Amino acid sequence: MPKDSTTSSPGSLTTPLSRRVVLKAGAAAGGGLLLGFHIPFAAADAVAGVFAPNAFIRIGRDGRIVLVMPQAEMGQGVYTSHAMMLAEELDAAFDQVAVEASPPSDALYTNPILGLQATGNSNSIRAFWIPLRKAGAGARAMLVAAAAQTWRVDPATCHTESSQVIHDSSGRKLAYAALVALAAHMTPPADPPLKAAADFKLIGKPLKRLDTPDKVNGKALYGIDAMPTGVKFATLAACPVFGGKVGRVDDGAAKAVPGVRQVLVLDDLVAVVGDHMWAAKQGLEALDITWDEGPNAAITTEEVWRQIKAASDNAGATAKTVGDVDQALADGEKYEAVYQLPFLAHAPMEPINCTVHVRPDGCDVWAGCQVQARGQAIAAKLTGLPLNKVQFHNQLLGGGFGRRLETDGIEKAVRVAQRVNGPVKVVWTREEDIRHDLYRPVYYDRLTASLKDGKIAGWNHRITGSSVVARWLPQGYTNDVDFDAVDSAVDIPYDIPNLRVQYVRSEPPAVPTGFWRGVGPNNNVFAIESFMDELAKKTGKDPVAFRRDMLGKVPRLQAVLDLATQKAGWGEALPPRVGRGVAAQVAFASFIATVAEAEVDENGEVSVRRMVCAVDTGIVVNPDTVVAQLQGGLIFGLTAALHGEITIAGGRVQQGNFNDYRMMRINEAPEIEVHLVDSGEAPGGIGETGTTAAPPALANAIFAATGIRLRKLPIDRDILAGKKPA
Amino acid sequence: MHIRRVYFAAEVVISAQFGRAADGDDGMITLRINGEARNIDGPGDMPLLWALRDILGLTGTKFGCGIAQCGACTVHVDGKAVRSCLLPIGSIGDRSVTTIEGVGATPGGRRVQQAWLDLEVVQCGYCQPGQIMSAAALLAATPNPDDTDIDSAMAGNICRCGTYVRIRAAIKKAAQSG
Repeated sequence: MPKDSTTSSPGSLTTPLSRRVVLKAGAAAGGGLLLGFHIPFAAADAVAGVFAPNAFIRIGRDGRIVLVMPQAEMGQGVYTSHAMMLAEELDAAFDQVAVEASPPSDALYTNPILGLQATGNSNSIRAFWIPLRKAGAGARAMLVAAAAQTWRVDPATCHTESSQVIHDSSGRKLAYAALVALAAHMTPPADPPLKAAADFKLIGKPLKRLDTPDKVNGKALYGIDAMPTGVKFATLAACPVFGGKVGRVDDGAAKAVPGVRQVLVLDDLVAVVGDHMWAAKQGLEALDITWDEGPNAAITTEEVWRQIKAASDNAGATAKTVGDVDQALADGEKYEAVYQLPFLAHAPMEPINCTVHVRPDGCDVWAGCQVQARGQAIAAKLTGLPLNKVQFHNQLLGGGFGRRLETDGIEKAVRVAQRVNGPVKVVWTREEDIRHDLYRPVYYDRLTASLKDGKIAGWNHRITGSSVVARWLPQGYTNDVDFDAVDSAVDIPYDIPNLRVQYVRSEPPAVPTGFWRGVGPNNNVFAIESFMDELAKKTGKDPVAFRRDMLGKVPRLQAVLDLATQKAGWGEALPPRVGRGVAAQVAFASFIATVAEAEVDENGEVSVRRMVCAVDTGIVVNPDTVVAQLQGGLIFGLTAALHGEITIAGGRVQQGNFNDYRMMRINEAPEIEVHLVDSGEAPGGIGETGTTAAPPALANAIFAATGIRLRKLPIDRDILAGKKPA
Repeated sequence: MHIRRVYFAAEVVISAQFGRAADGDDGMITLRINGEARNIDGPGDMPLLWALRDILGLTGTKFGCGIAQCGACTVHVDGKAVRSCLLPIGSIGDRSVTTIEGVGATPGGRRVQQAWLDLEVVQCGYCQPGQIMSAAALLAATPNPDDTDIDSAMAGNICRCGTYVRIRAAIKKAAQSG
């Protein structure tokens, strides 16, 4: 029988305490408050045996410390690193803490950088670096005050360690568990002091992840694993042409499939509900559907490129200007190049899915979501229920990569569930997942530069592409500039006296676009670092030396460039058809240099032999997680560079599964070295940095191996095999 | 030595090996899963994946592609790694099925799970049940695999998070601890 997960807390790694505490905190905070420090109900909850000084911490009389995670765990290790940040300042014994997914609440769990409850842009550590530590420190201060009152001593004469308050001179101890009731009556400090980095006990240590034990034994619950009692299973198909509608449906054969319960024909999609996914899938395949393809049925990839190329003839908006670019470009010998990136699907291993139970008086939603409050809101809007009647149970995410920043999967599932009596799990086939994504936009970058004395004198970078921000975070789109689309271009690290960055918004016809791991910097780092290599070649300088000479004002990047090239054996002899390529970047506030080593055979097949990466990401919370994110991010970027391309014909996506939308596999994966630099600077972001680093490093390595410059991804093996011109 | 091309046709072999269930082979089917006899009320052509997940509630085995291209659904049938998304339940008979929920009860499976934790292989974790099942089957057949053995056995399992470097190291560690 299906197990019943309605009584447990999906996404939680613990047996949860009541959600009431947190929900009340939401009401008390009233919105807009990052931290619910001054929460007047703490005493009342202490009666129930829980000390809940803020929205992130609950300590029970049994000593259990539950830490509520504001960000979604999608593999990046945030449950562990955020728990480390809270536990560090709380001085909690780390083996006593358990973590739990936060409920939807933009008020309590807003990401301070993004302004809503969202996990993305590699900013979980940066955004919560101060707030979570303050939450831990504030709770700790209340526990110390409670112990001091018990002992009738000055709180300043007490210290804490391992979930205990200790009186310095007498050595008396009180466990946090014993202080739960009294601590709730203490006044929360307005601005509790934080530890100096030198006093960190947890931060900086490669602690074991909290989420992984259940991920190796099959117990971890992802969105797709929700099994409320009586659940039915559905799969669906939207019109394969973007924007198309359902025309006519003959469901006779589908209804004859054993286990099929319902065929639902909506305006834009058809869903089949059954006793299990096999019935639903077979039922969907048995439907005879005539689509009303609408106005987009003639769109092709070629048309998309024609439009974006034409748009790039406009100067667009100026995102940044320094010096006199036009004069500088007129003075020297001018070089130009165009770089292009294709549409990409996200293809998380867990296909899009959502389980929903709609009732007249309420609604439950189970999903893995990077924007929990938006997920709840869309369900409320569709059902007409007030927000507090929609229970949104966020689950672990089987990969996010930006795909689960969108709520389209939740929206479709709720619309299906509104027509089903009882809970229904809506699971997209992989083909539906690939063909109805919101795609990484195509980009068309024109770079123009002039050289003087072996350095860059003038630089114009014109970025043309879709603005995801304008749709997703409109306040981030100002003066016709998308802050993300120009990220890592306006803050290019090289010392260039005359520099201009232009942005031209160009939306592709009909194809929806979304954030994709690496976001704007993916495009800009590829274009800039490829062009830097081309300019180095023009000057006759070594690509590393050429870059290094212009990094005097960014010593952190210069240092990692030195380290990466030294570790990679830059300049050492290589066999024929093997080359090394370098890329340097400041992205997501981290400083990273990467060397790729690749071999290209006569057929144009590329084998990536080795990736060496040096990273200065400031203070590191969990160094093992940082290394893992770089390793995985590099693979993600290499996958895109080697294989990734979504193409359009007849208004529909031509790829559908992993046979034609290929992923790098273990036999293709290179050796990867990641070298972390000790740093006392503020933490940077890391989850997307490997993805932005890999493609230009690889393209430059291919150039070093073959003399062929690839300016468009994915790599074209026919060009490398000499079958067609570059 | 760096170019290791693997043309993995294993999936094709797997589906041919078991064949399709005969039409009309519906009704209650009994399978031996993780050492227990389990009754499944479903058609014989239903892939094992959906019987495990949707009927038995064994959700550790994952759906990734449905066409044996990603390996997320890998289970053991008589100790061999098989993609459950294409394996009809009517074709299994009295062969023994082991899933991620049961593999820890075997010494080899336990070693692989421990190596996965020791080296902190896992990121999102969605593909890892399949990776672990493939690795455990590899080690059962080849106790000390070299890189080529690992490529052959593991190339059918995609990890979108890109944990391949650690998967390779963890298989070697598990082999050494055996």
